[in-house]
Amino acid sequence: MNFLKRAWLWFDDRTGLSVAIGPIARHAVPPNTATWFYVFGSATLFTFMLQVATGVTLAFIYVPSSSEAYQSLQFITTQTTFGRIVRGMHNWGASAMILLVGIHMIQVYLTAAYKFPREMNWISGVVLLALTIVMGFTGQVVRWDQTAVWSTIVAAEQAGRVPLMGGWIADFILGGDTVGGTTLSRMFAYHVFLIPALLFVFIGFHLYLVIKNGISEFPRAGDPVDPANYREKYEAMVKQKGIPFWPDAAWKDMVFGFIVICTILVIAIVIGPPELGPPPNPSDIHALPVPDWYFVFYFAFLALMPPEIETYLMVFGPLLVGLLLFCLPFISNRGERSPLRRPWAVAIVALTIASISGLWAIGITSPWSPDFDAKPLTVEIIGADSGPLWRGGMDFNDKGCLYCHTISGQGGQRGPDLTYIGDRLNANELTWRIMNGGLNMPGFGGTLSNRELSDLVEFLASRKKK
Amino acid sequence: MSEKTGTGDCTRRQFFMHVSIALGSIAAVLVGIPIVGSILAPIIKKPKPEWRVVGAVDSFKVGGGYVKVDYVNTSPLPWAGVTAQSAAWLRRESEDKFIAFSVNCAHLGCPVRWIEGAKLFMCPCHGGVYYEDGSVAAGPPPRGLYQYPVRVNNGKVELLASPIPITTV
Ligand code: FES
Repeated sequence: MNFLKRAWLWFDDRTGLSVAIGPIARHAVPPNTATWFYVFGSATLFTFMLQVATGVTLAFIYVPSSSEAYQSLQFITTQTTFGRIVRGMHNWGASAMILLVGIHMIQVYLTAAYKFPREMNWISGVVLLALTIVMGFTGQVVRWDQTAVWSTIVAAEQAGRVPLMGGWIADFILGGDTVGGTTLSRMFAYHVFLIPALLFVFIGFHLYLVIKNGISEFPRAGDPVDPANYREKYEAMVKQKGIPFWPDAAWKDMVFGFIVICTILVIAIVIGPPELGPPPNPSDIHALPVPDWYFVFYFAFLALMPPEIETYLMVFGPLLVGLLLFCLPFISNRGERSPLRRPWAVAIVALTIASISGLWAIGITSPWSPDFDAKPLTVEIIGADSGPLWRGGMDFNDKGCLYCHTISGQGGQRGPDLTYIGDRLNANELTWRIMNGGLNMPGFGGTLSNRELSDLVEFLASRKKK
Repeated sequence: MSEKTGTGDCTRRQFFMHVSIALGSIAAVLVGIPIVGSILAPIIKKPKPEWRVVGAVDSFKVGGGYVKVDYVNTSPLPWAGVTAQSAAWLRRESEDKFIAFSVNCAHLGCPVRWIEGAKLFMCPCHGGVYYEDGSVAAGPPPRGLYQYPVRVNNGKVELLASPIPITTV
């Protein structure tokens, strides 16, 4: 004991660490920041640390080669000691980080903590948000399975819509003009070297700014920010009523962070890492690249936007959102901070959450995708086992109708439900519609024989409410 | 050599400052050229398209539907493994006429499937649909499927292995 203490005193004397760090750790913070409302930023930091630790561990085993990464992932998941848990933690840690970054940002926005003098806190946070999103995407790509390969292609195609430089950016993402040997090495370099290095820099900067400008006090309605005297007011208040950050406020961060980390660990043990898809073979076309849950809303957005303007939405949409976030503190850096006096801020947050959850809910079911696995209509549903009615029903199964249309609960959801189509359209109208298509339906005039057509029409005309 | 007064040492100081900054910048640029050049190389260097045999002429039925053919892409690296594979939809129109489409949807590149019964290509991602001539039938694709050149050579069907088609504006 004595020896340890002496050793520490010697070490501290030569390094001066406690003198350098102590005052920072114990710096005074406004008493109303020592609440459970202020734990999300630190929890994000803790999950980041978890990502670094688990990521480095995975890099001990992972092989960043286009041909072998898949096998090494299988090896990590099924054969190495604790590999499954480490991969699971890295995966769920990423989910948690995205979630916490979102909460942290909403909270800062709602309480207008981005106002004077913390504009740069916000801007460095926006950069961190962008970096985190890129980490999420590249992370899904280095999980080098079928979805990863096709997601890379979809990303390259989106970038391809950028005016003038689109083709170059697409090739930059693919690492050439096709997916292949170069693609994964590059994605790996982004995911484990480039972006993490930037994350370290900006997290450091972000934390430095928190110390430099002080933790933003919880806002009171009717106490607007005035750049002329805010700093003096803040300093006076902290001097008078402030409490030391460590440990008076920090213990709540530790408790919440502990809960978050343990939750991730438990989920990693119970649920484990996400199932690897089929191997990353670009010639295997039985793929439907749906991204991880936190990008599903964007996936739905891509499917639902009107094709005429999709290039603009795809390219300028994210750019505009980024720019707006970036400029926010310059749009208003003074005045009321309390959400009670900023109904618009509350409305914007509510609207954003509502539209993201809405898109998310639709994205999960993807009704716009043809359902290639739809169960064929049965004799009971068709209502006949021979004759034109039955033949029409079978044609409905075989000619692709079923992939997009539901009848009596079976089939895809891309087009309208045809269970009672006989009540809405007569035989002539049905014939016309099948022949010519329209309203986003292909015309089948060129592919159906006369007999098939009349059978189909007879079958569809018989779909009536009893 | 006075450090305290006079305009002389101010100029001297400025000189040191400028030299230091200039040296740092020059070193950064010198090192930066090969680094950035190396990272950007994939967008500058284009592999030549190459003909790849995808099967014997007789293995495709005249007037049959589209068949998926696999081939090795334009720039296979030794460590590409299975990712060097590419695919196309191929159909024999007549004795010596073949037509081939990219499997990549012209919308955002997802793999389209040929549905024989419907005589349509369907895309799983956002519901793009194409007719058998590759033109858009429904959904978001801004243009038809990309066609690949095909030729018959010595009783073999050959396809010009090309880059993944990127729809640009
Ligand atoms: S990628 Fe085919 S419809 Fe979007």
